[in-house]
Amino acid sequence: MHKYIIRRILVFIPMLIMLSIIVFALATAAPGDPFTGKILDPTVDPEVFNEQREALGLNDPIPVQYLRWATAMAKGDFGESMYYKGRDVASLISERIVNTVYLGVFALVLTLIVAIPIGIYSAKNPYSPLDYGATTFGFFGLAVPNFFFGLIAIYVFAIKLGWFPAQGTISNIHVTGFAEFLDRIHHMVLPGITLGLAGTATYMRYMRSEVLDVLGSDYIRTAKAKGMSDRSVMYKHTLRNAMIPIITLMGFEFGALLSGAIITEQVFSYPGLGTLFINSITNRDYPVIMSITLLLGVAILIGNLLADIFYSIVDPRIRYD
Amino acid sequence: MIQQDVLQVDNLKTYFHLEEGRTAKAVDDISFKISPGETVALVGESGSGKSISALSIMQLINKPGRIEGGKITLNGEEITNYNAKQMTKIRGNDIAMIFQEPMTALNPVFTIGNQITEIIRKHKKMNKQEAHQHAVDLLKLVGLSRAEEMMKEYPHQLSGGMRQRVMIAMAISCDPKLLIADEPTTALDVTIQAQILDLMKEMKERFEMALLLITHDVGVVSQYADRVMVMYGGQIVEESTVDVLLESPKHPYTQGLLASLPMVDKDVARLGTIKGTVPPAYDFPAGCRFSTRCPHVMEQCLSHNPSLSDIESEHKVRCHLYPSEVEE
Repeated sequence: MHKYIIRRILVFIPMLIMLSIIVFALATAAPGDPFTGKILDPTVDPEVFNEQREALGLNDPIPVQYLRWATAMAKGDFGESMYYKGRDVASLISERIVNTVYLGVFALVLTLIVAIPIGIYSAKNPYSPLDYGATTFGFFGLAVPNFFFGLIAIYVFAIKLGWFPAQGTISNIHVTGFAEFLDRIHHMVLPGITLGLAGTATYMRYMRSEVLDVLGSDYIRTAKAKGMSDRSVMYKHTLRNAMIPIITLMGFEFGALLSGAIITEQVFSYPGLGTLFINSITNRDYPVIMSITLLLGVAILIGNLLADIFYSIVDPRIRYD
Repeated sequence: MIQQDVLQVDNLKTYFHLEEGRTAKAVDDISFKISPGETVALVGESGSGKSISALSIMQLINKPGRIEGGKITLNGEEITNYNAKQMTKIRGNDIAMIFQEPMTALNPVFTIGNQITEIIRKHKKMNKQEAHQHAVDLLKLVGLSRAEEMMKEYPHQLSGGMRQRVMIAMAISCDPKLLIADEPTTALDVTIQAQILDLMKEMKERFEMALLLITHDVGVVSQYADRVMVMYGGQIVEESTVDVLLESPKHPYTQGLLASLPMVDKDVARLGTIKGTVPPAYDFPAGCRFSTRCPHVMEQCLSHNPSLSDIESEHKVRCHLYPSEVEE
């Protein structure tokens, strides 16, 4: 098991290098450089810009530029933002990422506590009114785009009913401690639900079909024939087996939540990684774009690794050695 | 004093209510008894209702199936109307069951030890250590010498034969009075089959259990059973002791079944077959259910389903060829 994890982390390295090459290539392939599109002082000799390009290494061959960038990234130096003058990318990201992680965790927890019980109930009572209701909700959740649902949610719950704030993370910078925590949660409700909607629908459907599948299996019949109570049959014998594919799915969810947050955060003006990402695209802030893209890639890789590890814990048939 | 029957089934009916209002009469009015220590074989083709009969006794029929009528009496106590909670005290404790597919009958994500101690702890007042020790003893008893290590292993690490031994260990763990074995060896290699059947016989004698052996293998019946019931189309068509039934089968279906078996001492050029297939349980013929395939079919067979009646002591047949002693 330990060997497996170490091996998986080692495989990480080439994947990371591939990812960085792709990110770098895409950024390089985009037309223009930091000087393009700026209103340049006409009195300055264009030769000066060329000298600047030379000084910044922008005229070097692309592989050389890549190596310089990659070594800096590896050292943790994400570069300096071109838009927010003088701010380094690492500090920009680190102050935003906390909000996004909070939002992601909130959405994931919400997804799981809604989807799993409903999925189980639907499987236990297939074709019951609640099952039909859940199915309808499932299709709705998958069909309605994030941004649209977000706008409706803002209109109904923030503007009309005034139950939840429509934007931001906190309402007052002077609140601290537990009150601050509650305030943050209050701000996260609408974006959290919006972000978790599609996931909730997916997990619910998965859970229903997995539980139904397992309930029909031979070993469940054995458990019943042993005299196990309905509780034990469901929560011990069925659930552990039904969760196996769900856990795989959750590995992907990790990355999907972070990238899904890009749109949701924008809708709710939520100051997270997503908003920063969109803004840096508008501002052609390449160091930030590249760092965030790389970060999302790493998040997906880590998600998959975690899924594989959990997978081997719940399913004894899978042992990677 | 007459010994009390372990199991008595009276007029059991289990129907499946299918879509379009069709009803599959999977088990249609069967009655039988099993005495203590007796091995009774339930024989028939796939789809004849053998397994559904067994699952009905356990009350493990899933929707859209339902026990429509009849009475099931266990050790003199009627259990037909027991609720779900009462049944959990019966299952695994008074009646244990072994299934056909050892490969899938054990839960893949729990250790063997967990799955055996679970049933022991459910029905017996034992603490963890006692249950563990009991489980190890049982595994050794069923011939698994690596018992202690095996407790920590998962089902996929064992072979089919070993898993069926584990199932047997689990089944006998709470000293049931009745063991139902639903085609316990069908999925196993021929060499393993005999071992498993011998083991079941040994355990049955040791623990003084009655055994309801469901099989389609007449060879198994002749070696292990005391009494045989032949099922066709959800009904028992012939019932007798093994010797009588194998020597002089009366029902055309039983005759056909026996003729289809290769015999070491008889040299036949071609084995017999029964034409056609079992009619689906939602579409039985109006009269005798075997009339569509019977070589001796008569006029009255098409309109009247014969009743199961004694033609001699301890030999019942459901066929118009044998007029019953008592006319209805």
